Amino acid sequence: MLNCPRRGLVMAMPSDIEAKTRATTPVASPMPDAETEARRFIDPSGKLLQPVTKAWAPPEQLERLYHAMVLTRAFDEKAIALQHTGRLGTYPSSLGQEAVAVGIAAGMAAEDILLPAFREHGAQLWRGVAMLELLLYWGGDERGSDFKKARVDFPVSIPVAAHFPHAAGVALALRLKATRNVAVCVGGDGATSKGDFYEAINIAGAWKLPAVFVVNNNQWAISVPVHAQTAARTLAQKAVAAGIEMDRVDGNDVLAVLDAVERAAARARSGDGPTLIEAVTYRLGDHTTSDNARRYRSDEEVSRHWIEEPIARLRAHLTNTGYWTKEREEDLHSQCSAAVEEAVAAYLATAAEPPSAMFDHLFATLPAPLKRQCDLATAEATSHD
Amino acid sequence: MTEITMVEAVNLALAKAMAEDNRVLVLGEDVAADGGVFRATVGLLERFGSGRVRDTPLAETAIAGISVGLAAQDFRPVAEIQFTGFIYPAIDQLVNQASRLRNRTRGRLSCPMVLRSPCGGGIHAPEHHSESPEAMFAHIPGLRVVIPSSPRKAYGLLLAAIRDPDPVVFLEPTRLYRASKEEVGDDGVALPLDRCFIERTGTDITLIAWGAMMPETLAAAAELEEGGISAEVIDVATLSVLDDDTIIRSVTKTKRCLIVHEAARNGGFGGEIAARVAEACFFSLLAPVSRVCGYDTVMPLAKLESHYIPSVARIGKAARHLMEYA
Repeated sequence: MLNCPRRGLVMAMPSDIEAKTRATTPVASPMPDAETEARRFIDPSGKLLQPVTKAWAPPEQLERLYHAMVLTRAFDEKAIALQHTGRLGTYPSSLGQEAVAVGIAAGMAAEDILLPAFREHGAQLWRGVAMLELLLYWGGDERGSDFKKARVDFPVSIPVAAHFPHAAGVALALRLKATRNVAVCVGGDGATSKGDFYEAINIAGAWKLPAVFVVNNNQWAISVPVHAQTAARTLAQKAVAAGIEMDRVDGNDVLAVLDAVERAAARARSGDGPTLIEAVTYRLGDHTTSDNARRYRSDEEVSRHWIEEPIARLRAHLTNTGYWTKEREEDLHSQCSAAVEEAVAAYLATAAEPPSAMFDHLFATLPAPLKRQCDLATAEATSHD
Repeated sequence: MTEITMVEAVNLALAKAMAEDNRVLVLGEDVAADGGVFRATVGLLERFGSGRVRDTPLAETAIAGISVGLAAQDFRPVAEIQFTGFIYPAIDQLVNQASRLRNRTRGRLSCPMVLRSPCGGGIHAPEHHSESPEAMFAHIPGLRVVIPSSPRKAYGLLLAAIRDPDPVVFLEPTRLYRASKEEVGDDGVALPLDRCFIERTGTDITLIAWGAMMPETLAAAAELEEGGISAEVIDVATLSVLDDDTIIRSVTKTKRCLIVHEAARNGGFGGEIAARVAEACFFSLLAPVSRVCGYDTVMPLAKLESHYIPSVARIGKAARHLMEYA
């Protein structure tokens, strides 16, 4: 057989070497060890570990963050339910990662520009993207990325890490326009394995661009755990090779994420260049509604991480301080649920665009040969009505 | 007016575009201090400064990706990929990003960028420096693909590409960079991006080519004329979006069509033109629509490239063969 020699070669690999080539390290815990510390303000029990900045210390401010996370989760639950009943397309849940999204957006100035991956629903909502728009997009309608607010924020990036170079370009544009705004780019742990990621953080460093790169390390890139993604001890350390600042925070602590983004943005605004932030969290849900995470990870592992989830800990903190009550909690939930239901009703009542919409924004002005195809698409649709 | 080469015309157009619109930026590998490996960007750094003329790190994905970010922020980046052999890491940015940004945001964001790259063989360059991948780009909806074939066209089409509100891949045939000189007035007049050029009128056969194959095709037409065959020659300088009206009108008149391109035949852009001609001119045609192309082989290194690139003789022979049908 032709491939015998090759097979022989593989079989000859000593078993100890072969074992070493397999990724056998256990999944890193989001609880940091001494070497890979992740900064945090509030621990999972709700205990405040260090003082919060003046701007965010008032309980009303903390309530805003809490509200945003609860709203994000309410939206998430509804979106999954809509998908399961055939009324929404494939949807990526942000369950358990609300603090990353909300913390990023809350740490940005309104005039900064967000370049999200596809799991930052909470950040988009905070920045003014309408829930209806999110539903339209994930329901398969391009109008969902035509944000009525957040006009210059980027739409989601489905190709992993492809938007990191855009952030470098946006940051360069912001500098050339002599603004003090920054580009804030978010990707997952898997994104840090891509060339786009390295090229972007490298160039941002070389040009000292006003950019903040946040890695939402939720430990899983679909079925591949982060330890199989890289031998790097942390994802934040990838900043070292690019010569840029790094930070590593507990991504289940909204105050830690917010603080890291505020600090990084401040450095970027004052001309001190980009930062890579690793926010360590956990993907409590499936990768998307098309995924079944039980095929590759245990319920036990997921349960362990529920203890650290971001909403419960902020609620515990707010309750411990005496600010938060059962009544307020109930009010908030009905408020969020009403907002979600209103958006869903508007979404379900929105008719699809006509087939000619495929051509509307292909070019600024539709070239004549495409005009003929556009007319054809319209005529075909009419003839089948 | 002075006579200049095509690469000088590219330089002239870049300078004109930068002078008339301060949103125009030039970036790429070795484009600033070095003035580009082909000298296309020479003098721009001195004239427009390091804010607008930038050497990038050696990273083609980032060059294209940064351009998307700049363009979305209303700049007009003109990025250079040093050779088309190195353009492939940038294709993801063209396919998934640049060409779709306007559509996927319903016009909220757009991508007015130009990606320039020298293409084609015939200059005895090293491996990976002689490819003709235009058909790949022409297959991407939302992207314009332009290939000039003369100094004047390079000037006018590049200005048009830079001023266009959508992304353009601008492929410059290296073999033509210094092959001839032409008078080019620096008048800022752009050429249309949606029109084929009729380079020579004729009545017996339509020869269709673009870029570096134009000199050979025109030479073949001249030879055919000596043999009593009147060839019309069309330069498809704007492959996408294709002006098929001009092509179809010509073939309806001449009743014969021969397409010439340097790229490999399989999946080449000639196939698209042939299909459109066949669909539209079926009742006019006196002979099958035919092609003279590069072979379906890897682009050879220098010693064999003259055998790969369609020659005047191959074009003339194919045209005469089509004349024998009727």
